[in-house]
Amino acid sequence: MTKNNAAAVVAAARSKQKITTKELITQLFPNFIQLHGDRCGGDDPAIVGGLATFAHQPVTVIATDRGIAIEERVATHFGCPTPSGYRKALRLAKQAAKFHRPVLFFVNTPGAYPGQSAEEDGQGAAIADNLLQISQLPTPIITVIFGEGGSGGALALACGDEVWMLENSTYSILSPEGFASILWKDSSRSDEAAEIMQLTPSDLLRKRVIEGIIPEQADHQQVTAEIRDVLSKRLKKLNEFSGAELLKRRQKRYRKF
Amino acid sequence: MKLYEQDNTLSAQHVKADKQADSKVPNGLWRKCPKCGATVLSKQIDQYATCPSCHYGFRISAHQRLKWAVDHFSDLDERLISDDPLSFPGYKKKLVACQTKTGLNDSVLTGEASIKDMHFAFGVMDPTFIMGSLGTVTGEKITRMFERATAQRLPVVLWTASGGARMQEGIMSLMQMAKISNAVAQHSAAGLLYIVVLTDPTTGGVTASFAMQGDITIAEPHALVGFAGRRVIEQTIQQKIPKDLQDAENLVKHGFIDRIVRREDEKAELYRLLKLGGGRNDEE
Repeated sequence: MTKNNAAAVVAAARSKQKITTKELITQLFPNFIQLHGDRCGGDDPAIVGGLATFAHQPVTVIATDRGIAIEERVATHFGCPTPSGYRKALRLAKQAAKFHRPVLFFVNTPGAYPGQSAEEDGQGAAIADNLLQISQLPTPIITVIFGEGGSGGALALACGDEVWMLENSTYSILSPEGFASILWKDSSRSDEAAEIMQLTPSDLLRKRVIEGIIPEQADHQQVTAEIRDVLSKRLKKLNEFSGAELLKRRQKRYRKF
Repeated sequence: MKLYEQDNTLSAQHVKADKQADSKVPNGLWRKCPKCGATVLSKQIDQYATCPSCHYGFRISAHQRLKWAVDHFSDLDERLISDDPLSFPGYKKKLVACQTKTGLNDSVLTGEASIKDMHFAFGVMDPTFIMGSLGTVTGEKITRMFERATAQRLPVVLWTASGGARMQEGIMSLMQMAKISNAVAQHSAAGLLYIVVLTDPTTGGVTASFAMQGDITIAEPHALVGFAGRRVIEQTIQQKIPKDLQDAENLVKHGFIDRIVRREDEKAELYRLLKLGGGRNDEE
């Protein structure tokens, strides 16, 4: 492994050329019907959720969104979900379980939004609820991390049966800048931090934190084709298990850490 | 020498600290409450280590807490040691230093305890062990504690205190949140009671997982409870945040904590809650 490997992956994960949530949804789920709201008084645009048909079956799709236009970026807090966003995700995931629909999560977030309003609305409690409840839903749940997988804010959408990552994506406890700032009081040492943190897909696969890596090309159509291929194969496999079997496998998946 | 004969300009006068000053004032004679600013004579601080003025509970080690928090306890899984998953420079040394200082193997002490006739599984996080951060051993001990409680049909009382994730263990620290949450879910599905006592400080990944998954959530006065750190929030919103934003009292107002309980009342209150809400559930 070259010295700058991890730092290069971090840069690629954050690249402006990265496939967007909108592209992913329109290409993978042409008949997507968006469903809004957390039913507690809010609708966070940083979480997009809805229904679609995928591989000949109904699925629930839940994705983080950073927006494209500047207003969208501000409204989504640059892809950082608020407690309301996590509650919307939980609501839709529970609904999916009710109808035995698989849930497909797509994650690209720097992390949960760390604002004053988010604190007052219970950011910690919202994430905690997802970890407690989504993990116990007896329906297939697969997460694809397609950019940044930032900390608890990503984990709250990645606590199901399998987690896959695009080749140029990261999954970590904190951003390399934050890590360097906390441990060495120097955020400029982020490249060094990235190397040590083991946040690349290959590091994480070796540690069995994820199930696999999806190759990524410059052509976004090709990227979605690869994702479609992996998701349909994995769904077919997970569909073979009963709800109870899924929970048992999931229990084992997390117990090993 | 007469005063007026001295060279008295500031630049020429070398002001030297009295090297003996420190030994003249006994160490720790006074303590300042970090919450209300009251200066408290150390002798006034009793075993509960609280501020007589605002009732804030000072950060104390797990062993200090156990002197008054329960009647009897046994310590379990006290030999597990972190395997340093990132091979982080200097981390093993730091662990050994903390282990020597606290007498704990990691940032939580777990086991079984009793208050009068109520028997329960418990965990006490220790803010003096790498800020009570959530490492793999912390996560494993808490998970085993829940698993034992589920198998033996015992309620759980968990005192939280944590700066959040253990940076030196990277993603493996994050995975502890999911691992523990699964164990909490199993314990809950078995119809068993889980009481959380939030102590100062409870933040980050601990707040975003098991600290907010209790059936009953109590907190000590003015305990800091939050997800993000103050500095991060202020940088994000580009303004100062209220001093009490993450005070437990403010979280009660927003509906995330059931009750504030002072340390000296904690044992009696926990006993009542255990009596009302569970205890050994022999009905199965």
